[in-house]
Amino acid sequence: MTDVTQPETTVPPRPIRHVDAPLKSPAATTGLLEVFRRRYLLRLLVRREISARYQGSFLGLLWSYINPLSQFFIYYVVIGVLFGLHQDVPNFAIHMFCGIIIVHFFTETFGAGTRSIVRNKSLVVKMALPREMFPVASMLVSGYHVLPQVVIMIVVCLLLGWTPTVGGLAALLLALLIIALVGTAMALLFSAANVFFRDIGNVAAILTNFVRFGVPMIYPYTMVQEKFGEYAQFYLLNPLADAVLLFQKAFWVGTTPDPAFYEEKHIPDNLWAYSGIAVVTGVVLLVIGQLVFTRLENKIPERL
Amino acid sequence: MSGTESVVVDHATKNFTLRYHRTFKQMTVAAVRRENISDTFRAVDDVSFTIEQGESVALMGLNGSGKSTLLKLINGVMRPESGSVLTRGRIAGLIATGAGFHPQLTGRENVFLNAAVMGMSEAETRRKFDDIAEFAELGKFLDSPVGHYSSGMSARLGFSVAIHVDSDIFLADEVLAVGDKPFKEKCIERMQEIRKSGRTLIYVSHAPGTVRKMCDRVIVLEKGRVGFDGGTIAGIRYVKYEDERLDEEQIEDDEIGADI
Repeated sequence: MTDVTQPETTVPPRPIRHVDAPLKSPAATTGLLEVFRRRYLLRLLVRREISARYQGSFLGLLWSYINPLSQFFIYYVVIGVLFGLHQDVPNFAIHMFCGIIIVHFFTETFGAGTRSIVRNKSLVVKMALPREMFPVASMLVSGYHVLPQVVIMIVVCLLLGWTPTVGGLAALLLALLIIALVGTAMALLFSAANVFFRDIGNVAAILTNFVRFGVPMIYPYTMVQEKFGEYAQFYLLNPLADAVLLFQKAFWVGTTPDPAFYEEKHIPDNLWAYSGIAVVTGVVLLVIGQLVFTRLENKIPERL
Repeated sequence: MSGTESVVVDHATKNFTLRYHRTFKQMTVAAVRRENISDTFRAVDDVSFTIEQGESVALMGLNGSGKSTLLKLINGVMRPESGSVLTRGRIAGLIATGAGFHPQLTGRENVFLNAAVMGMSEAETRRKFDDIAEFAELGKFLDSPVGHYSSGMSARLGFSVAIHVDSDIFLADEVLAVGDKPFKEKCIERMQEIRKSGRTLIYVSHAPGTVRKMCDRVIVLEKGRVGFDGGTIAGIRYVKYEDERLDEEQIEDDEIGADI
């Protein structure tokens, strides 16, 4: 460091690095499309989230099995054994597990997504990256945790004499798509709002409670039909209910002694049409979520 | 052929909303008493300047004069409410001593994440990883969570990543404030290299010594406005850091020492 003490008052000639890029706003590229364009960064964030979610815990990833399984046993014992309900629904446990997987996927996406921006504060306030990354990463992490549950489901169903069908596979994928869309949309909306009022996190928790009972999980869809008659169609406008029914169509129906009979009885006839509406609803929610997010985004770094 | 400007700031203004009362109860009480519920604070006020490619500019000013906010507008973390900020090419750098690190992740993981945010690919990061690690001098701490690092260590790692990004614009915000002397010297050396390679350098500092060596232009911010924009010596004189003393001894003293 000899030259350090020599104050330089004149500018020596030096090369200039000519950049052949357009002059543009450094913050211009945001939005969900940009998130998927920067897949490498998204992958790093997802991987990070997976390792950070259970960091310092002894059982680690096992918790994402223990949580839904414990819920399953609670509901099964209370509804099935204690109350002795739904004796006319064969394999009611499978019926319920379909609901639990879907509800768990949604609530995890929604809950973790809502907290995602606040939790990643240190990155958000210092680095320029599309902030939609964080809710989307939360959805992908939750989706990652769904896979083993689906595997458990498949194994149990196979033991009960279920055979996979193309229609069932389509129903499974459609159900996951609906949850991914609606979950990401809600996470986007709530994550930005949560920055301004941390109360939003509590609102999300309350909504999560509604979700559990708003889908045909601990009761079959037939009960809704019996109680509400023609108004039951409004129940089917809930995309989460459609996703659960699709899952039941994919798994539960095939395990019953007479699939055709039980499908006719417990699954609404026009489920595909309602699922189509659910996908459209999901896309519309996603657009609304993105618009709100974009509006709030500018103020996010200063409010964290 | 595109133009030669690197950073164009055109009448940029950034307000912050200050909240006096945040809970429902406080806000109700304040509304009843007819007090202000919120107030805005103009951190960057109608600032305009153009930086050409290869220029090396120091941003000076007192604490709270809007330097870091301006830097955040330039690196894209924030957007101006009115006016515009345009940049050309890839930007790397540090804002307010330390990069956006995730405290739970190890230094190694943060290097990859940070590099990815600044636009480096996986292959590029792998190729430069050893250099980054060597420059940061973290040794075995590279694999422990960044949350356990001292402020100097995380600043070192952050600076090391930023300096290895193949950027066209380099932002340095008080990077030297927390480093120790040998590290400061190393940083200055690297920033000189950046400058000599013809990249645009924007350097926030309170140390006249380094500014004089590193920069050929000074922009002084005063309460969010541009108070001075011109040559280094005049700029330093403008902020009155020199207090009429310009003897060699003093210069050596404030070279790198007074960077807080």
